Amino acid sequence: MKYHHRIWAASSLVLGMFAAGAATAGPTMDKIKARGAIICGVSQGIAGFSIPDSTGKWSGMDVDLCRGLAAAVFDDPNKVQYSPLSAKDRFTALQSSAVDLLARNTTWTMQREASLGMNFAVVNFYDGNSFMTKKSLNVKNARDLGGASICVTAGTTMELNVADFFRANQLKFEPVVFVTADETAKAYETGRCDVLIADSSANYSRRAQLQKPDDHIVLPELISKEPLGPAVRQGDDQWLNIVKWTHYAMINAEELGVTKANVVEMRSSTNPEIRRLLGLEGNLGEGLGLSKDWADRIVRHVGNYGEVYDRNVGQGSVIKIERTTNALWTKGGLQYAPPVR
Amino acid sequence: MTRDTPGRRRETSRTALVNDPKVRRFVLQALLIVVLSFAAYSAVKNAAGNLANQRISSGFGFLDQTAGFGISQALIPWSETMTYGRAYIVGLVNTMLVSVVAILLSTVLGFAVGIARLAPNFIISQLARWYVELVRNLPLLFQILFWYLAILSAMPPPRSALNILGSVFLSQRGLTVPQPVIQPGAATLGLAALAVLGVGVLIVRWSKIRRQRTGFGMSRSVSLGLSAVAVALLGAIYVLAGAPLQLEPPQQGRFNLSGGVTMMPEFAAFAIALTLYSAANIGEIVRAGIQGVGKGQTEAGRSLGLRAGSILRLVTIPQAMRIIIPMMTSMYLNIVKNSSLGVSIGYPELVSVGGTILNNTGQAIEVIAMWMATYLTISIATSLFMNWYNARIALVSR
Repeated sequence: MKYHHRIWAASSLVLGMFAAGAATAGPTMDKIKARGAIICGVSQGIAGFSIPDSTGKWSGMDVDLCRGLAAAVFDDPNKVQYSPLSAKDRFTALQSSAVDLLARNTTWTMQREASLGMNFAVVNFYDGNSFMTKKSLNVKNARDLGGASICVTAGTTMELNVADFFRANQLKFEPVVFVTADETAKAYETGRCDVLIADSSANYSRRAQLQKPDDHIVLPELISKEPLGPAVRQGDDQWLNIVKWTHYAMINAEELGVTKANVVEMRSSTNPEIRRLLGLEGNLGEGLGLSKDWADRIVRHVGNYGEVYDRNVGQGSVIKIERTTNALWTKGGLQYAPPVR
Repeated sequence: MTRDTPGRRRETSRTALVNDPKVRRFVLQALLIVVLSFAAYSAVKNAAGNLANQRISSGFGFLDQTAGFGISQALIPWSETMTYGRAYIVGLVNTMLVSVVAILLSTVLGFAVGIARLAPNFIISQLARWYVELVRNLPLLFQILFWYLAILSAMPPPRSALNILGSVFLSQRGLTVPQPVIQPGAATLGLAALAVLGVGVLIVRWSKIRRQRTGFGMSRSVSLGLSAVAVALLGAIYVLAGAPLQLEPPQQGRFNLSGGVTMMPEFAAFAIALTLYSAANIGEIVRAGIQGVGKGQTEAGRSLGLRAGSILRLVTIPQAMRIIIPMMTSMYLNIVKNSSLGVSIGYPELVSVGGTILNNTGQAIEVIAMWMATYLTISIATSLFMNWYNARIALVSR
């Protein structure tokens, strides 16, 4: 029944487009302020990115981005309404204004910006597709997988990447396609497939949830590049900027050593970069339509990028993914933010 | 009613234009059409405008683009380099396959259940009754998941697949049978088979006409003998043509079997669930149909000395069909529509493949419109066929 529910939701979203003016690109901020909350399109449960706990409280990298936005706008990280979306329904939800932004570990691709009417703001996690398989199969690398049955989630870049990979290596495979990530993982667990394909981060988080994690191995090769990030509708540059700078504030804070714990002390810092970031010098935040202390609020309520990473997917979590490509540029990674000045 | 007096004729005809029910009806209908088409026009215009405003591409051009994704079951040739349009057809064929299989099997099973429910034997009728009550009252999606998990967990893993007769394999990956491979000379065999079949049909026809004219049909032994001759003839041609059909047995690969034809567990589970669920409903339709035929008909049959089986076959069921057929039509339509639930267990039918297309291209409105048009077309075709069949059955009564 759940599935039909989703079809129904998708159809009604599409129907919404027939209504005159329903989709006029207006200032998203006005709507958010009138509503008193940001509606954030998240996943239906991918540990480390967006997952609800038993009390319905959401956590994850993407959730913390939404919380950062709410902190910047309302000075209250809890003013977020989470809208769990399947991979298949997410773009329709964004297009029809059912959500203000999509923070749903979504891959930034050219096609999505060229024909779906959306813009990706930043990359909050550099990822790539990888394969998870049973250790007992004794697979050493991805090229050994010829002839395997592969469980894959519908409507994702993986569906295309896996086909590309096997085509490029002239190998055969059997795709078994499910609608939600959970159904896909369940089919892998029951033995329907030899291999589960997902973003590497999602594979690690899924492996940690399996009954015997040590029986499974995530192959080290990445078969694609998956820059994951939040996306907004085209045509509202102010809102796009706010989403961008929320992420950049967290990166800059990490770079400058501003943390959730020391942000109040840091207000008395003499470092001009820190003073600009915290809104003590200049008035950059108001230019974006936020307050002067916007970045202060983000760090105070949510933390800097390093803290967010650590508690959701890093060493402070069960998933324990190394920083590598997601380390700051100063430490050999790709996370880099334009300066606040 | 105005009276037709010569003096008032002009007056009546003038008022009649406004009050004439025919004219009024026509004007109202025309107005309704105008309003409806305007609403449809502005809805489409708005949607197109809104999409353009949001820079979302629209139109059906995407159907010619390369799809780039794999589909696990394709009855027509499929590869990732083919187009989205082709992928949609692959999904449509899969939908049709499971629908047709479920319609055929559930009709047979449903008739058996419906008749069994009315059987004088207590055990048989109670078994049929409990089957109907249990299956009809559980949600279909639940049953699909049940059969899927039941099949997946009951079957051995692929590397210890159950081997039947050396070349048939059964495992969690499905039932794999040898693949027939066509060799040169197959065309000769095909033509010869057609010729033998044609002669057979002519003989049957001739004997039927002869029986109607003279009352003497072909005796059973003669017809059996002729059939044996036909089979022997075909066998001889097969050998002479150099055995043009070979069976290629599947080989155990590293992960799966390679070669052979595989029936996916998703298909099996889905076809079983859909068949069992629909058969329970059809069973009730059949029972209602049979009970709807007057008791006198059975009694009349009995007084003619017919046996119970013959009464059912010659008297009751032909009349019950007139009650059964219209209800069966909507049952068949339900089966076609329920086939969209296959997506829940990863059976690559129309909604599953279409969903992937929708997501990869973002053409939500177009794909949903295609879904609607496709299901509507299948359903209308099914109804037309059933209505034609219903009319034919109705004509038989004299």
